[in-house]
Amino acid sequence: MENRPLEYDYTVAKMFMLTTVLLGIVGMLIGVILAFQLAFPELNLVLGEGLAEYTNFSRLRPLHTDAVIFGFTLSGIFATWYYVGQRVLKVSMAESGLLMFLGKLHFWLYLAVVVAVVVSLFTGVTTSKEYAEFEWPIDIAVVVVWVVFGLSIFGLIGIRREKSLYISVWYYIATFLGIAMLYLFNNMEIPTMLAASPAGETGIGAWYHSVSMYAGTNDALVQWWYGHNAVAFGFTVPIVAMIYYFLPKESGQAIYSYKLSLLSFWGLMFVYLWAGGHHLIYSTVPDWMQTMGSIFSVILILPSWGSAINMLLTMKGEWQQVASSPLIKFMVLGSTFYMFSTLEGPIQAIKSVNAIAHFTDWIVGHVHDGVLGWVGFMIMAALYHMAPRVFKREIYSKSLMATQFWIQTLGVVLYFSSMWISGITQGMMWRAHDEFGNLAYSFIDTVTVLHPYYTIRGVGGLLYLVGFLMFAYNIYKTMSARPVEESELQSASPMGA
Amino acid sequence: MFHWLEKHPFFFAVGVFVTIAFAGLVEILPNFAEASRPVIGTAPYSTLELAGRHVYIENSCNACHSQLIRPFKSETDRYGHYSLSGEYAYDRPFLWGSKRTGPDLMRVGNYRTTDWHENHMKDPAGVVPGSVMPAYRWMFTKNADINTAYAEQLTVAQFFSVPYNKPVPMKDGSTKVVKMGGSIAEANALALEEAKAIAANMKDQDVKDAVARGEIPQIVALIAYLNSLK
Ligand code: HEC
Ligand code: HEM
Ligand code: HEM
Repeated sequence: MENRPLEYDYTVAKMFMLTTVLLGIVGMLIGVILAFQLAFPELNLVLGEGLAEYTNFSRLRPLHTDAVIFGFTLSGIFATWYYVGQRVLKVSMAESGLLMFLGKLHFWLYLAVVVAVVVSLFTGVTTSKEYAEFEWPIDIAVVVVWVVFGLSIFGLIGIRREKSLYISVWYYIATFLGIAMLYLFNNMEIPTMLAASPAGETGIGAWYHSVSMYAGTNDALVQWWYGHNAVAFGFTVPIVAMIYYFLPKESGQAIYSYKLSLLSFWGLMFVYLWAGGHHLIYSTVPDWMQTMGSIFSVILILPSWGSAINMLLTMKGEWQQVASSPLIKFMVLGSTFYMFSTLEGPIQAIKSVNAIAHFTDWIVGHVHDGVLGWVGFMIMAALYHMAPRVFKREIYSKSLMATQFWIQTLGVVLYFSSMWISGITQGMMWRAHDEFGNLAYSFIDTVTVLHPYYTIRGVGGLLYLVGFLMFAYNIYKTMSARPVEESELQSASPMGA
Repeated sequence: MFHWLEKHPFFFAVGVFVTIAFAGLVEILPNFAEASRPVIGTAPYSTLELAGRHVYIENSCNACHSQLIRPFKSETDRYGHYSLSGEYAYDRPFLWGSKRTGPDLMRVGNYRTTDWHENHMKDPAGVVPGSVMPAYRWMFTKNADINTAYAEQLTVAQFFSVPYNKPVPMKDGSTKVVKMGGSIAEANALALEEAKAIAANMKDQDVKDAVARGEIPQIVALIAYLNSLK
């Protein structure tokens, strides 16, 4: 062993790669259906009147958000952890039977929770809280999965050879801790059947039903403290973990500045949590909290751009790679979209802007330039980088990859530009008064005017989905091709093997 | 210090945790007691209204509708008085929503009626041409879950002292008592009584027949809830 590079064990990484691809397809397909339902409401009946209860917009929307967040994104995070973790800690999972067992347990428990979530959301069992729709039995299962994930992380760290934790590991640790804390507090709920057992009559109502421990404004406060930071620890922190590993690896360039990494990491940790108030501007939560939310949102540009600039400057002197490698294109455009949405977000957090933007499609546009351009691109890039190494085969088609890149880029652009126009139109029409001081538009006027933009968004989303299917096909063909590499690919890189 | 932390994962994790937990504590704790006090005129939900609220949640109406009126003239003109924190004292969970694909519903009970809702829920685009709201026809045949609503009432009365069977002050100086049954049978009887009053204003013969038989279709509960939003 001593003189050969370690052989890492990617069994668990492969399993999570599979769910990343499958749940990505499911989640995005539902997204496309939703988008077209807003343009053509007859599509609420896609499978006929009899199934309308399960196929209408309102049942499907939480399925979309949870499938892409907790299915696609989370699987991607797990898959990359089980790949990156071993390599930067210089230890193979094969060295510990216990860690192998935990990894597999993690996967199967996770899959069981996914199935439970799909069934529960289709049947309308939901708490209504965005990104925390699951009822208490599933919440408990989620906590178990998360604990196993934690054991996996810290177990591997415990037996590491490389003493110093690489930057990506910081971010994975933060992801684990952040989600654990947020999820627990936001899901404090009392199961009503267990709690309500008056003399003589037990077992009243649905066993899975629960009631939130917090009411009204407090509930909103806890929910958006959670919701905002679910974005932080689901769409930002772990994705930054990925780019800190995969960009230097793929490009063979060293990270531009270690100091900047340090600054951005601790800056992000400190600032992010304070910004949650920007979801509640002009609501009934106290003013000082709304103002804090605004101010910290603007400060948040610094650590966000810190990471992004660090990434872009890593490519310094090597820009020709952007032209020649589709994989580098994904990552560089991903960082750019990250800068874009972390500039757009603070703008929307300014009180007077939020007065127009809140409740409109502009927020949906902001969400999707982040998730499609940054999260989606980075996860696909990571899997493209991993595939040749875990399957020991060359990527099936580089030109397919390049075509996919352009199709999806066009899709993202159509998505966010149509939602900007639509959102601002909506926001301005709601507030318009005529010369006598009456409202200028009835509500339905502000709905019908959006039809063209909803259609364009649908087309943009469809392009993105088509690109994702090309990605899935490319990975599938890579996986099933005849092996060509004897041992895994080694690339010149700052981290060594 | 940072170099040291990078070699000591345990202390690194503690450092991260303290950094992120700190903000949460400062932001959330001071507000808790203050916001949970109900304003005058806010009463708990009756059994039927609560069952209707469950129908609302089950179908994620909050995906398209907000229940939060912001303090701008354009909003108060359209929807009525802006929202006050105490008005939400009995909302578990809160249903403010984050997207207004449809109009705000915080005070929809002030300007829409039972028969309007009946027609609209069956065929929104028929009532408001151009509407993108889905039709909810199955609510006319599926029954509401009164037992779960009752279990929730018992739970909140017990754990959060929600004042059922007690007088609560109204805006005009009077008081109102929201009744909660002492048993499942009593709770169902109370809900049915309320349902009958609503069905009397509806046209759908199947719904009327169902209520006459002692059943409560989801639509009746949902309308009771929508009417209570004032
Ligand atoms: C796809 C988004 C969507 C969903 C989901 C949705 N609605 Fe609507 N809703 C609308 C739109 C758009 C309007 C405005 C046009 C109209 O009146 O139909 C509206 C109007 C309404 C109105 C009339 C309000 C007013 O002031 O005129 C009520 C009441 C209503 N919806 C209730 C509901 C309920 C209850 C549900 C859940 C069962 C629901 N909606 C689900 C989009 C939606
Ligand atoms: C500096 C960083 C950022 C700031 C300050 C910021 C700010 C905001 C603001 C002000 C809103 C609107 C709240 C409202 O009025 O409803 C919002 C919503 C949202 N943002 Fe960001 N944003 C940032 C980065 C990101 C990134 C990178 C992503 C994803 C990749 C993201 C995902 C979301 C999501 C999902 C919502 C919607 C929440 C909802 O209403 O359901 N944000 N953000
Ligand atoms: C094929 C691509 C996609 C399409 C067409 C699509 C479409 C949609 C639509 C139509 C909505 C509802 C908007 C509304 O209520 O008006 C939505 C919401 C949302 N989507 Fe997507 N989506 C796609 C991909 C994704 C991905 C990959 C993610 C995350 C990784 C994501 C995260 C979200 C979130 C967080 C929301 C809620 C936004 C909010 O509440 O403000 N979507 N999407």
